[in-house]
Amino acid sequence: MDLKLDHHSKDGIEIVDVEGEIDVYTAPRLRELLIDLVNNGFYQLVVNMEKVEFLDSTGLGVLVGGLKRVRAHDGSLDLVCTQERILKIFRITGLTKVFGIHDTVDEAITARKSEK
Amino acid sequence: MATVELSFTPLPAHVRTARLVAAAVARRSGVDESLLDEVRLAVGEACSRAVEELRLHCPTEPVRLALTEQAGRFEVEVTDTSMQASGNQGAPAFPPGFGIAVIAGLADDVQISETSAGTSIRMSWPSALPDGQLAP
Repeated sequence: MDLKLDHHSKDGIEIVDVEGEIDVYTAPRLRELLIDLVNNGFYQLVVNMEKVEFLDSTGLGVLVGGLKRVRAHDGSLDLVCTQERILKIFRITGLTKVFGIHDTVDEAITARKSEK
Repeated sequence: MATVELSFTPLPAHVRTARLVAAAVARRSGVDESLLDEVRLAVGEACSRAVEELRLHCPTEPVRLALTEQAGRFEVEVTDTSMQASGNQGAPAFPPGFGIAVIAGLADDVQISETSAGTSIRMSWPSALPDGQLAP
């Protein structure tokens, strides 16, 4: 399974839909998309990982890199993920404390709006 | 002799193949289904690290993967001959060695040998089958 990327706006927040495997081969494409979005002025991001089947440390590095970029513009990068296999790597690496991780896109949007 | 041996050109595209082969051999060796995700991820991390090291220092040398079932353990050894031991270059948002830290969090038995000839990461998981037998 390759990586499929898509994005759309919802309630003023850019939702990035990721499907497939994020690894050393595919992660550069996600990195480029996140950089493009920030360069185009999208600083409030939600990455929907519900259809991600595999994530390694390269993928984590891309997400942390994206978070650093949006934070440089007072933005945010939240995640949507309920899959235990994916959540486990966030827990092992302590990144559950760095990212807001939500069960649904709507929940992520609501949480972000309430912090404004 | 390893149950299955694999060597591949150090290209990121081949890491997925290595993960799939490792998970398939682990399943046949009797590794519990609940551990297969860990095997897949740890082997991917080890191969990603080896690919990055070889691409930087020795791109004509292959990544070598040996998968062995013995004495109730499924053992994986990932070896590169990069002649450098500079840590993971593949995730610039993290310090060197982050991939290895992830492996240590996944496998309950990890040994890393760094020599002038390269790096070998050996890790293992329990398997249910007696020594030398494979699942049908």
